[in-house]
Amino acid sequence: MQGEHGKNESVETLEGVFFITGKDFANAGVASIELKAILEKRGLNHDVIRRAAIAAFEAEINVIIYTPAGMMRYKITPDYLKVVVEDMGPGIEDVELAMTEGYSTAPDYVREMGWGSGMGLPNIKKNTDELKVTSTPREGTILEFIIDFKKRSNT
Amino acid sequence: MTLDEIKEILQAKVLTCDSDMSIEVEGSCSADLMSDVLAFSTPGVLLITGLVNDVVIRTAEVATIKAIVFVRGKKPKRETVALAERKNIPLLATNLSMFEACGKLYEKGLRCRVNMGKMKV
Repeated sequence: MQGEHGKNESVETLEGVFFITGKDFANAGVASIELKAILEKRGLNHDVIRRAAIAAFEAEINVIIYTPAGMMRYKITPDYLKVVVEDMGPGIEDVELAMTEGYSTAPDYVREMGWGSGMGLPNIKKNTDELKVTSTPREGTILEFIIDFKKRSNT
Repeated sequence: MTLDEIKEILQAKVLTCDSDMSIEVEGSCSADLMSDVLAFSTPGVLLITGLVNDVVIRTAEVATIKAIVFVRGKKPKRETVALAERKNIPLLATNLSMFEACGKLYEKGLRCRVNMGKMKV
C-alpha cells in the first residue's frame, strides 16, 4: 500500500489517493488511518473523524477481502469529505442484498481473522450522509460516500 | 473505571511501556470480530478481545477505543505492542476467559457500551 498526496492541494480543498492490495490483511487499515490523520490535521470534530475513519476502514477491508486491488480517492473540502473506492472486481451480484446487516459472502478464513460478519456496507451507510454503490458483476465496484461536516452525527 | 483498577480486577499484565494507567474508560465492548467492533462500539471504551494482531490496534485507533485487554492468555507479537505504543493505546493481557473477564468487570461496575442500532433477533 502506498499513497500519493497533495497533488491538488490548496487551503480550501485537499485531494489524494491510496492504493490497496487485495489479500493484504497485514496492512488492513493503513490507508484509513492515514486518512484519519489528514482529517485530524484539518481540525475537524471528533465525531466526523471517527465516522469517516470507520467508513473508510470498512471500504478498505472490503477491497482487501474480495478484490485483487483497488484505490481509495478522497477529497476534503471546507464542507464535506468525499471518498471514492474503486476496485478491480469481481463486483457485487446483488447490491441491495449486500446492504443487509449480517449478509456476507466472506470465506471462513476471512471470518477467522475477525472480518466478514456482514456489517461492512450497512456500517458505511450508518456512518455517512450519502452512500452510492455501483457494481458491475465480473468488472468491479465503485463505492462513494460523503460525510457532510455540517450535519449531525447519526451514530 | 481506571486502567489500574481493571488491571487489578483481571490480574492482568500491562504489555505496553509508559502507559498512563490512570486513564478512565467509559464502558466496555467485547468481541473477537473486528467488523462488530467497527459497527457497534462507542468512543472511549475498553475493548476486550481474543484477537491479537496489528489489525486490532488499527481497529481500536479508527474506532477511538481507549485501551485493549487480551483474554485467554493470548499475547500479541512485539511489533504489535510497539504499534500500540506509537498509537498511545495501552494493552493489557489476562489469563481469564472472555466470559470471566467481562463478568468480573461487570461485577465491579463497568458496563457494556455498544450501539446496536436496529439489529434485532
